[in-house]
Amino acid sequence: MTREEIISKSVDLLSEEFEVDPSIITDEAPLKETLGLDSLDLVDVVVLLDQEFGISVKASDFVGVKTFSDFYNFIETRLNA
Amino acid sequence: MDRRVVITGMGIYSCIGENKEQVKDSLYNGKSGIGFDPVRVEMGYRSGLTGILRKPDLKGILDRKQRNYLPEQGLYAYVATKEALDQAGIDAEWLKENEAGVLYGNDSSAEAVMAGIDTIREKKNTQLVGSSNIFQSMNSTLTMNLATIFGLRGINFTVSGACASGSHAIGLAWLLIRQGLQDCVICGGAEEVNKYSVGNFDALSAFSVNPDPSKASRPFDRNRDGLVPSGGAATVIVESLESAQKRGATILAEVVGYGFSSNGEHISTPNVDGPRRSLQRAIDAAGVRLEDIGYINAHATSTPVGDLNEAKAIHEVFGDVKPPVNSTKAFTGHEMWMSGASEIVYSIIQMQNNFVAANLNFEEPDEASCHLNIPKERIDNYEFDTFLSNSFGFGGTNSTLIIRKFK
Repeated sequence: MTREEIISKSVDLLSEEFEVDPSIITDEAPLKETLGLDSLDLVDVVVLLDQEFGISVKASDFVGVKTFSDFYNFIETRLNA
Repeated sequence: MDRRVVITGMGIYSCIGENKEQVKDSLYNGKSGIGFDPVRVEMGYRSGLTGILRKPDLKGILDRKQRNYLPEQGLYAYVATKEALDQAGIDAEWLKENEAGVLYGNDSSAEAVMAGIDTIREKKNTQLVGSSNIFQSMNSTLTMNLATIFGLRGINFTVSGACASGSHAIGLAWLLIRQGLQDCVICGGAEEVNKYSVGNFDALSAFSVNPDPSKASRPFDRNRDGLVPSGGAATVIVESLESAQKRGATILAEVVGYGFSSNGEHISTPNVDGPRRSLQRAIDAAGVRLEDIGYINAHATSTPVGDLNEAKAIHEVFGDVKPPVNSTKAFTGHEMWMSGASEIVYSIIQMQNNFVAANLNFEEPDEASCHLNIPKERIDNYEFDTFLSNSFGFGGTNSTLIIRKFK
């Protein structure tokens, strides 16, 4: 999966799951604040990544993920691992 | 302190209607809400009969988290509670400034429990159940969700009393308000209707296998062969008279008596003595004469022994005083955790509209129901101002409420 495909799929999934306008999802926007995520929602991101990208992670793995760009890097790294 | 306790709002979401108007129409016109679900038979159920309900779509009404945390019966409970609060004239502003509680009947959340455990078994990663499964799975799912959605700050817990849960919830609210401990309590009961919810109940051969769904639930009839599982949700707003009058609310009815008992015998087979004591305790608490009670909404689920023993209990208590008795489960099937609350709604609808619905499918009485006044046809132009409603459950739990018009 190319980075462009990861970004496109992530924006679609996150905007639908967390009911936000996809236009506010930009590379350098803060992930948690933009999507309105609390600790409970991070568990739903774990489910999303498992179901849609086939990546098995834990919510605690998101510690370093601050922006959407970090989020795409995170997926890219896991997919290529 | 013995304060008067009134009902100022009602909401209902059931297989005979998604609001009070639709339910009134069904009760009046003898419209059953029971159908057949072939999937249950494929799953190995002995009976495919069930109440048929549409799942409400709350997108755009509740936010994502609020919707996700609700199990199936929670969707129904939200709709019923909103209808009840709207009728009572209670809005978010009032709830912010006043202490309202919630006591709701619920005794399972099978689909959510099953889904969560299935995922953990398959995936070996607990986080893959998602954030909402815990809030959907707990027995207190309805009270935790309703309390947070509506911002309730009073008493807050779930009443699990098997098929008497909804009735006990109203009874407990009556006690709390009467004693001055609460001013307003949102009460009700809800029951899930999915194909996983009653498989273990089906195992007991308690369900009807009548091939005609509309004929399957036949309380008190000699040829009854079991209950029909059903569900939905019902909510009533129970309030002190002072609170209702202060708000200028329309008072729909007054709760005047609550009786309860435990059979202390078999886990599933009811007896006569327990229900009899529950009825008598409610009548004593209400301080009404038998002649004052113009209608009885029976628990009668259409099981052979349950209906027989309830008929005996009613006859022992009422003797020659014979108010009309029906079981609205003939229309709805057995709404289980919800039924104690929904049957208060069904009864008040009949009281407000001066009729007693037909006990559908009552063709031939048995040796006990022959002593009761059970209408085969709807009774019209029948004005009554007090009724009694029974709810009984597994483990021998019994609850009886007496409600009257407010005067």
